Amino acid sequence: MAQPATACETKPWRSEAAKPFISVRNIVKRFDDFTAVSNVDLDIYKGELFCLLGESGCGKSTLLRMLAGFEQPTSGTITIDGEDMARVPPDRRPTNMMFQSYALFPHMSVEKNVAYGLLREGLPKAEAYARVAEMLRMVKLEKLARRKPDQLSGGQRQRVALARALVKKPKLLLLDEPLGALDKKLREETQFELIKIQESLGVTFIVVTHDQDEAMTLATRIGVMKDGVIEQIGEPREIYEAPNSRFVADFIGSVNLFEGKVDAAAPDLMRIETEELGAVLLPPQSGLTFGQPVWGAVRPERFALSRSKPENTPNAWQGVVEEMGYIGHMSHYRIRLDTGVLIRASQSNRLRDEDPISWDEKVWISLQPSAFRVLTR
Amino acid sequence: MSGGNALTRSAPWRGTAWAIGKLGISGRTLVIAIPMLWLLVFFLAPFFVLGRISLAEAIIARPPYTPLFERGPDGSFEIIASLENYRFLLEDALYRNAYLSSIWIALVSTIFALLIGYPIAYYIARAPEPKRSLLLLMVILPFWTSFLLRVYAWMGFLRSNGVINNTLMSLGLIDSPIQMMQTDFAVYIGIVYTYLPFMILPLYANLTKLDGALLEAAADLGASPMVTFFTVTLPLSLPGIVAGSMLVFIPAIGEYVIPALLGGPDTLMIGRVLWDEFFGSRDWPVASAVAIVMLFLVVAPIMWLQSVQNKREEG
Repeated sequence: MAQPATACETKPWRSEAAKPFISVRNIVKRFDDFTAVSNVDLDIYKGELFCLLGESGCGKSTLLRMLAGFEQPTSGTITIDGEDMARVPPDRRPTNMMFQSYALFPHMSVEKNVAYGLLREGLPKAEAYARVAEMLRMVKLEKLARRKPDQLSGGQRQRVALARALVKKPKLLLLDEPLGALDKKLREETQFELIKIQESLGVTFIVVTHDQDEAMTLATRIGVMKDGVIEQIGEPREIYEAPNSRFVADFIGSVNLFEGKVDAAAPDLMRIETEELGAVLLPPQSGLTFGQPVWGAVRPERFALSRSKPENTPNAWQGVVEEMGYIGHMSHYRIRLDTGVLIRASQSNRLRDEDPISWDEKVWISLQPSAFRVLTR
Repeated sequence: MSGGNALTRSAPWRGTAWAIGKLGISGRTLVIAIPMLWLLVFFLAPFFVLGRISLAEAIIARPPYTPLFERGPDGSFEIIASLENYRFLLEDALYRNAYLSSIWIALVSTIFALLIGYPIAYYIARAPEPKRSLLLLMVILPFWTSFLLRVYAWMGFLRSNGVINNTLMSLGLIDSPIQMMQTDFAVYIGIVYTYLPFMILPLYANLTKLDGALLEAAADLGASPMVTFFTVTLPLSLPGIVAGSMLVFIPAIGEYVIPALLGGPDTLMIGRVLWDEFFGSRDWPVASAVAIVMLFLVVAPIMWLQSVQNKREEG
């Protein structure tokens, strides 16, 4: 197989010309007077592993269930591979779903569970079971083919559910909290296994999860949902480094948020006058007007700590280390500035013999202009 | 348990517990002993009495059967028991036909109760919560009136000048009344009607436990609603079907009142034969033999279904 050469091939969403494989347009879903999903637009490209991330009740599962056909949208359209799904019942859709509870048929063996979908297609038994055997080898369950689901461990059941959904070679695989029921260690192993399987089969995945680490690890792109709306869609790096709102900044990872106003300083310099830090000097950004209320988001690791005043940036403040947590590769700090504000900062412990900054020390914290992400909402 | 409450710490209780323990009786045995004693007194003892009468011979006396022991002329005890009554049951075609016909009527009734009860149970199990309680109440509601009254009500419907015939005649659909009373049809109606709740309730209990995600999974894997029903819902509800069918089949075999009131002279059921033998002919030994054989006829299918279920659970 030819290796994809350019970013456009591996990251089709970056190109304007690329045609989405799944397109969701103005989808709304109301239950009585509760709007679960409101006006969602979403394009997903072939071979993607797209994560819908959000807290419970944000509408991510409802969106997934509409893609599977279990819920009818109140309005809007869903198109999969050019085909409108409006009148297509779940049993005729080119999608398969891996359920959060796995929903394995308790009266059937592993092998029969996996064969179920193939037999419904009318595949001859011999051929169906040959494909089942191949699939079970792939998820390393060939030895347990004759077991019933209640004789399996949680991790094994999870793999049966995955095998059962994948064996039909769907155009789109929907996974509802696929790793949610596994313990932490198994979850981390399974994440990479899932990516490997997805890449080798080339099936498009949509994963619903509330676990941000899982989303960051798995996804080609993440859609962060809140109250039925997709707040931001982007690659994991984009979501983390360039959140578009306070909600996304706060939801993904840890962040320091500052409230302030835009205040011009010089032609090539913008000043954000914040309550907590005072003035922060940044290169000018388009789209901001004088006096506009804004928020600044700074990741803890973007602060630099030093005992002497840093020379390379005008944005530096003095404070006292109030708390410190050493966790091996990193140390977390809580620093009380002279203004009374508590700042979260972290440093990676790169050198073994370093004399680390510790409790009650008076330190300088500083940031590079690019570390200060200006948010308008 | 640590600590314990005031009762278990009090001296008389400790003394009793110590004494019971010394006798080798554990608390668990004590708890089980109560239902065991109940079954012994009210089921096993009468069963042995019945068995003993079935081995006797009918005489005109009080009680109307020969004693089990008799003192011989030389002063020795003789046990008088014979299987004559059972041989009689086997040889007389009346009894054989009555048994077969009872089983047949019970079987057909069970099948119809299942066919009618299953959709009702399914509908109730899938209904939203407030509606579900109401529907269940409606299933149980008939029990609030006397069973006999309800059977008489059916007579009012099925009579030649009853509600059904009158309605059909006034609509001009039939010229003369259809004979429904005193037919097997009326017996089926009566049994299915009476025992339907016993089919619905265990089925409902089973079907409410059915995980909706399984039905969605089946649909997701390409099964139409019909295929989903036969490959997922039906196999998973088998324990409910078995329980409901037993609850209908077993009492239906021995049913007396319904065939007596709704059935015709040629509706042959073992309950009526038993009644006639006991009160009509006053032949207690044969009646007892009839009852014992019926008991085994009823126990056999239960044992079989139990073993099937156990095997399913193990496999």
